[in-house]
Amino acid sequence: MELKGKTWKFGADVDTDAIIPARYLNTSEPSELAKHCMEDADPGFPAKVQPGDIIVAGKNFGCGSSREHAPIAIKAAGVSCVIAKSFARIFYRNSFNIGLPIFESPAAAEGIQEGDEVSVDMETGKITNQTRGEEYQATPIPPFMQEIISAGGLINYVSKRVKENV
Amino acid sequence: MAMTITEKILAAHAGREFVEPGELVNVKVDIALGNDITAPVAIREFSKLDVKTVWDKSRVVLVPDHFVPNKDIQSAEQAKILRDFAREHSLTNYFEVGKMGIEHCLLPEQGLVVPGDLVIGADSHTCTYGALGAFSTGVGSTDLAAAMALGETWLKVPESIKFIYSGELPQWVGGKDLILFTIGKIGVDGALYKAMEFCGPAIEKLNMDGRFTMANMAVEAGAKNGIIAPDNTTWEYVQGRAKRGYSFQESDPKAKYAEVYEFDVSSLSPQVALPHLPENVKPVEEVSGITVDQAVIGSCTNGRISDLREAASVLKGRTVNPNVRLLVIPGTQDIYLQAMKEGLIETFIAAGAAVSTPTCGPCLGGHMGILAAGERAIATTNRNFVGRMGHPESEVYLANPAVAAASAILGRIAHPREVE
Repeated sequence: MELKGKTWKFGADVDTDAIIPARYLNTSEPSELAKHCMEDADPGFPAKVQPGDIIVAGKNFGCGSSREHAPIAIKAAGVSCVIAKSFARIFYRNSFNIGLPIFESPAAAEGIQEGDEVSVDMETGKITNQTRGEEYQATPIPPFMQEIISAGGLINYVSKRVKENV
Repeated sequence: MAMTITEKILAAHAGREFVEPGELVNVKVDIALGNDITAPVAIREFSKLDVKTVWDKSRVVLVPDHFVPNKDIQSAEQAKILRDFAREHSLTNYFEVGKMGIEHCLLPEQGLVVPGDLVIGADSHTCTYGALGAFSTGVGSTDLAAAMALGETWLKVPESIKFIYSGELPQWVGGKDLILFTIGKIGVDGALYKAMEFCGPAIEKLNMDGRFTMANMAVEAGAKNGIIAPDNTTWEYVQGRAKRGYSFQESDPKAKYAEVYEFDVSSLSPQVALPHLPENVKPVEEVSGITVDQAVIGSCTNGRISDLREAASVLKGRTVNPNVRLLVIPGTQDIYLQAMKEGLIETFIAAGAAVSTPTCGPCLGGHMGILAAGERAIATTNRNFVGRMGHPESEVYLANPAVAAASAILGRIAHPREVE
């Protein structure tokens, strides 16, 4: 499967308060969270992001809180995937668990400029920058994570396990 | 084969003799924790599973603490989801307003987490319990939902980094300063995915509250967990509290570490983290002219009795600067009561502080002390990200309770000795 979209670029250490400020956490409704996605990093983001767009960021993306609302907000805003130099640990786990594809690639995070048209091959992790004619390789998704994704997320995966145990 | 304390606890919970960094292990969890922000999402996901109830009614712990006492209608609805779920599934460890506390102050206090445990919680500061010699880490709501059903989760065995602190800590310098100093040295991703193991003579002399503060902020360096080997101080704390049996683990002398840091902390100053990252750390002397509008003493980082004692010792007989709002938030009801018995609450109120029932409130910009645009707070909390305590144009400086108290008196960031 190929993900394709226009990129929006952010810096290093984008924290979960920037992705979805706590003042909006009195709900967990994805469409409500999407209205404030990345608001404290770029107040105009929720209005300008288009379905399929890709977020590109520096190191330690998603640091801070364990709030699953962060990847939920990004996914509900229509973002197809996030490419970063590195990801904070809990954000990384949460993204897979809720089905937001994320890719770790320092080369892509540096090479891609805001507005570039980029496509990502989900299976191989190959990232193609159509605007600049460049290619980057993201760290492939570990096999056990692919299992969770192929089951349709962690909840489906656990459902399967629970049935096997019965 | 030699193992670190983290590896030993993971091995024990994976039913293995030995594990090593990088391995993926399926582990049994002793406690699975959620709060009023994360548990509603976990409960929604849990309800999609084909299970009748949770794996263990006493080990799924729900603590409404972030937006309670309910700050608005939507928060009330979220808190109600926890309450209803707790009733429906007869959870024995649901803590209602009036009995609750900030989760990471409450669980150790109530003896729900004990040394040697493996704990996951849908809250990033779940790493706090490492202070007891437990493995504990923050996860998201979906991971929590899965653990609520199965009583297990998968984890990657982290590499460990050893931090050795030598020397005797000067007056007014404690756990908060050690951890801020450390994050300042290694950065907010300096321990990404790794275990931070704190040890050395300065740690051995640190009381439990100071140790909780250190482990609490391991996540601020990107760590999976922070951990301190249990000793006599741990034993004295756990004795009389522990609701279950416990085990003291320690790292083998030949255990492998990704890195080892050694710090002599005998001349360390109180540390302050400047906006907008916990790694922007400076000695208090270098920032002492900066004025503040609000001071917050509390949170899962510094809301314990030793923290309140420290703050009260600075505030006793003094008054809060007219330009400052001082908020004091005891971490739990027991801590609140103890502070009353010791006269600390009277000291705070006489000084002109507002004292609140336990809540995470202002720490995450939830309620009970939100900042306006352009306002600045000094806080004993753990994060100073953009907009963390309110308006995106407000600022948070992180410090220890004595520094926050001294700053509240002088109206500017101050070393506690300036008011002695």
